[in-house]
Amino acid sequence: MGRYVIRRLLQMIPVFFGTTLLIFLMVNVMGDPVAGLCGDRQCDPATAARLRAEFGLDKPVWQQYATYMGNVFTGDFGTAFNGQKVTELMGTAFPVTVRLTVVAVVFEIVIGISLGVLTGLRRGRPADTGVLLVTLVVISVPTFVTGLLLQLLLGVKWGVVRPAVSSAATVDELLVPGLVLASVSLAYVTRLTRTSVAENARADYVRTAVAKGLPRRRVVSRHLLRNSLIPVVTFIGTDVGALMGGAIVTERIFNIHGVGFQLYQGIVRQSSQTVVGFVTVLVLVFLLANLIVDLLYAVLDPRIRYA
Amino acid sequence: MPEPHYDPDAAISAAGAGGATDLAMDEGETLEKGPGGGPPGPDPAGRPRSLWSDAWRDLRRNPVFVVSGLVIVFLVVISLWPSLIASGNPLHCDLGRAQEGSRPGHPFGFDGQGCDVYTRTVYGARTSVTVGVCSTLGVALLGSVLGGLAGFFGGSWDALLSRITDVFFGIPVVLGGLVFLSVITSTTVWPVIGFIVLLGWPQIARIARGSVITAKQNDYVQAARALGASNARMLLRHVAPNAVAPVIVVATIALGTYISLEATLSFLGVGLRPPAVSWGIDISAASSYVRNAPHMLLWPAGALAVTVLAFIMLGDAVRDALDPKLR
Repeated sequence: MGRYVIRRLLQMIPVFFGTTLLIFLMVNVMGDPVAGLCGDRQCDPATAARLRAEFGLDKPVWQQYATYMGNVFTGDFGTAFNGQKVTELMGTAFPVTVRLTVVAVVFEIVIGISLGVLTGLRRGRPADTGVLLVTLVVISVPTFVTGLLLQLLLGVKWGVVRPAVSSAATVDELLVPGLVLASVSLAYVTRLTRTSVAENARADYVRTAVAKGLPRRRVVSRHLLRNSLIPVVTFIGTDVGALMGGAIVTERIFNIHGVGFQLYQGIVRQSSQTVVGFVTVLVLVFLLANLIVDLLYAVLDPRIRYA
Repeated sequence: MPEPHYDPDAAISAAGAGGATDLAMDEGETLEKGPGGGPPGPDPAGRPRSLWSDAWRDLRRNPVFVVSGLVIVFLVVISLWPSLIASGNPLHCDLGRAQEGSRPGHPFGFDGQGCDVYTRTVYGARTSVTVGVCSTLGVALLGSVLGGLAGFFGGSWDALLSRITDVFFGIPVVLGGLVFLSVITSTTVWPVIGFIVLLGWPQIARIARGSVITAKQNDYVQAARALGASNARMLLRHVAPNAVAPVIVVATIALGTYISLEATLSFLGVGLRPPAVSWGIDISAASSYVRNAPHMLLWPAGALAVTVLAFIMLGDAVRDALDPKLR
């Protein structure tokens, strides 16, 4: 197990550098990093040249990347277009997005798994077919359409919730956005749980448990669920990283000032430091989530042995 | 593609089984079917049925396939000849009629600029279908060639490809789109398609690689090798036909997600840009008028949802047909 962890950590290194390099190249080669520094006007050539020299943008790209990564590892993510430290922006943005992600994951676990278990145990019945159809529709409707429709219905027409989230972004304000963010993954969790439960319900150990007279509730919760949830846990784990990256659309619709908002601002204002910094952290989160899921897998399923 | 909400696990593992089914009938050989694995009988031509004709027979009887297929045929027809059902010009707008509701001759009403919502919704299909079909073709070609070669030859190219796909999987797709497309100000669909192909091919490459590895271990490939077949012949004649099913399944489902991705990017303002006609642009514009004129939002959003649903359901039906194990 120890050797496996070390090997996985070593494998993460090239992926981390590859991904950040790709983003770095996209931002710095395709865009003009100094364009955003003169406000809405074009920089005059002399100022632009001075700024380039000041930020080291006249050096080759690989050298810029090396310098940037060196700074990142000492905790310096640079400054945003308005002179704020990128780390300060992260300090305000990440707690909001983490809250939103947690709300979304809770929805996935509670609604997704319960629907999945219910339908998996009633395979082929009307309830099962109905839920399957609904999940298919939820998967097909893009998140931004779901978000706008829910905002229109709950926020504007019926006035159940406030259509926009305040800057405090408390958990109760994030319930609807969290549901929107979770919607597609929720449908996948439901389908995955359903398939897994239906498959395991035919397994020998379940028949044994029933045959030895255990109550149905105990068979389901102790025997069936423990084995059926392994793929679901891995899906939810990898989804955490994806949700944080995908929150950009949800945050845009509900005006939540989280990671997505800051990134969007960074892109609109052409503040390359903000964009690269936030994306770097998101990539790290994504890689770590995947690592944890892989390790969790071994704990959950003792049949898997890592050399 | 690190499409956050597309879970390929089910599709891949399910489709994986389809790839191993024998398809060698085109060589005129009679093939012994395993006990219970054989089809009920030969079709009228006297040849045993292949995976494909079996799948086609199942598909024709599947109402989901028929309905989604009809919707897709309709979408393709109106994206080729939108003037068949919409006589107006999507760019002809009359500010005086902005936000008006349904009128005779203008069933969906008018948008915030006074453009006819019906005409724009019909013309928007062309964008979505073009983006979906072209991106899927690009992704499938690039992904299956690179992934297939990696799976077949293995070695250092395989190791390198695995690392490259890892890198691409690490980039959240909407985020990558914002960064990549924000500097391009073209009003055509090609930058968006290029971006989707760039970020999408690793997904197909992984699947193609896996299914080629499964297929190349089959006895008939070893037999071909023993008979002195060249690599090219083994790959094209024996491995590719048996490995292509999972790729087709995943690509069909991905087509729907690419359409949805284009709309999402256009909604965020970086995909297509006006004056291009796209459901994403229209939905984005409509979202500021939601209070007064919800019809502006509902029609393009509904069209988008139906289109994506049709492609995803088609993919689902194709998967069921190509993978008999699931039933």
